[in-house]
Amino acid sequence: MKTIYLDNNATTQVAQEVLDVMMPYFRDLYGNPSSMHTFGGQVGQRIRAAREQVAALLGALPEEIVFTSCGTESDNSAIRSALATRPDKKHIVISRVEHPAVRTLCSHLGMQGYKITELPVDKNGILDLENLEKSLTPDTAIVSLMWGNNETGVLFPVEAAAMMAHEKGILFHTDAVQATGKIPINMKNNVIDMLSISGHKLHAPKGIGVLYIRRGTKFSPFLIGGHQEKERRGGTENTPSIIGLGKACELAAKNMAQENTNVKKLRDKLEKELLKKIPQSRVNGDVENRLPNTTNISFEFVEGEAILLLMNELGICASSGSACTSGSLQPSHVLRAMGVPFTMAHGSIRFSLSIYNTEEEVDFVIEKMPPIIERLRGMSPFWNQKEQACTNQ
Amino acid sequence: MWEYTEKVKEHFLNPRNVGEIENPDGVAEVGSLACGDALKLTFKLDENKRIKDAKFKTFGCASAIASSSALTEIIKGMTVDEALKVSNKDIAQYLGGLPDEKMHCSVMGKQALEKAVENYRGAPALEAGAKIICECFGVTDKEIERAIRENNLSTVEDVTNYTKAGGGCGGCQDAIQQIIDRVKAEPKTDNKPKLTNIQKIRLIEETIEREIRPSLKQDGGDIEIIDIIGNRVIVAMRGACSTCKASEITLKDFVQHRLQELVSPDITVEEAAK
Repeated sequence: MKTIYLDNNATTQVAQEVLDVMMPYFRDLYGNPSSMHTFGGQVGQRIRAAREQVAALLGALPEEIVFTSCGTESDNSAIRSALATRPDKKHIVISRVEHPAVRTLCSHLGMQGYKITELPVDKNGILDLENLEKSLTPDTAIVSLMWGNNETGVLFPVEAAAMMAHEKGILFHTDAVQATGKIPINMKNNVIDMLSISGHKLHAPKGIGVLYIRRGTKFSPFLIGGHQEKERRGGTENTPSIIGLGKACELAAKNMAQENTNVKKLRDKLEKELLKKIPQSRVNGDVENRLPNTTNISFEFVEGEAILLLMNELGICASSGSACTSGSLQPSHVLRAMGVPFTMAHGSIRFSLSIYNTEEEVDFVIEKMPPIIERLRGMSPFWNQKEQACTNQ
Repeated sequence: MWEYTEKVKEHFLNPRNVGEIENPDGVAEVGSLACGDALKLTFKLDENKRIKDAKFKTFGCASAIASSSALTEIIKGMTVDEALKVSNKDIAQYLGGLPDEKMHCSVMGKQALEKAVENYRGAPALEAGAKIICECFGVTDKEIERAIRENNLSTVEDVTNYTKAGGGCGGCQDAIQQIIDRVKAEPKTDNKPKLTNIQKIRLIEETIEREIRPSLKQDGGDIEIIDIIGNRVIVAMRGACSTCKASEITLKDFVQHRLQELVSPDITVEEAAK
């Protein structure tokens, strides 16, 4: 059975070009970039080149790029550094729809005595900057807001938000794990202090991330050890992955236009046709202001896990914000923050595309989804009845 | 990804008895859209008062659909009284087991069955004296107590996995803990008949012979009963046990624990003076 992979916000395939540049660094060129000999030193040179490739995608300086192990490490490092370098400040501002890498960290910090403000979003997942303005206090150490939402793709006005924080002397961090490579980012045109990237979301391997730290920003390292990454992140470099990520960033820059034309066109076709063919379905999140590859669609009166497993039978991969997929009993915190009715949230499916998806694949999904939903609705006691029982929202 | 058994997958992909029986003898709806799963169960009896047909409609995940399908298969051919004896464990077992986090799906089946029987008998829907503990998912204290007893649950998380209670806002978690504490504090001998002294001595001997000695012998040890005075069991450790530094622990954590469990909670075990 052919796999149709529409779950690229979860992870992506490593690009062939990326794998090719990585391969020599596992066996043949295994030297330690910190070594004095040429055998290791040549790897150090290659890492410098990768750092330049990453910087180029972001409009950053190479020295502003710190390689980490993943997006979560980057997020943790940024927020913990802000608190460590501003020890007198005890307040953090985030949003209610942040990734667990930020949200769970902040709830732990909350237990350690920090005050956490979680900004609300409206029914389309949009952040109101006025609320941000009101939340900032002299005690605020850092504002951390995601650039593109992983579940809905909705974009936050992080550049404007960073200005707002800066006016009050507050640090600004953004989790750009989903946005990087999908929308143009130019750090020369904004005042964002720190930005997190994850390699495996843009066709590099898992286990590699980046924390961008603007030049001049005080930084306190999370991993303390050797002098690697200019003492901002100890630990021997993950050389193959760093080199792979450099290539992936170069490809992302090259494919950016395609991402915003072809991928977007396929996403829009998928969305439009599913909404047309399946009654009682709707898109979650603002449709204008979002990542070009993501759509989050709710099918009322059916449950997401059941939908996913029937899709799985046909080799179609996607995600759901339903409670049952996560093992928790509440549907996705993002959809709840948007006030999506529970009847819709339980039946939400996220499709996230990449440049490797084809029109044939999208057509196949458009053909197969309506009978899947119909089959489950045929089993649902609520279908045709449309009764909403509990109202504990 | 959940690790579902082949049987769960099979019942999810090919559910038996989907639908609604017209003019059913018993009907029930449990759960709700907001909760993420819901089940409507209908059944019809034959002239011998056995369940001739049962059908379901379920909104929910794969395990909810499979549990509903299993339930209808299990109860067909049973009398109403027999059906009432089907527990959530039976449903889960029929499916070759369910992940812990999904046990509530089998409990939902059990609840639907009880309500449908109540509906058939015209009995009240809410158990007498039951009180809603979890507002989010509408779970009563009686339901929580029963899940704790039948499945030997010991943590709030277990209770949430089995009944959903506490999985929403979390506001009732303290109340659930109190119910767990209360159920656990109940003497376990409630439904065991009172033993005469002779019966008790015999049961102690049998338990040691069957449950305790084989384990000790595996490690080269042995045990001998010296005397039984009321609830005091005086024993001598033999073989490897007699020189083992951990024999005191074996005595209290294993021998005494098993005897308390299987004979009487009042039993204490002592080692005879050497």
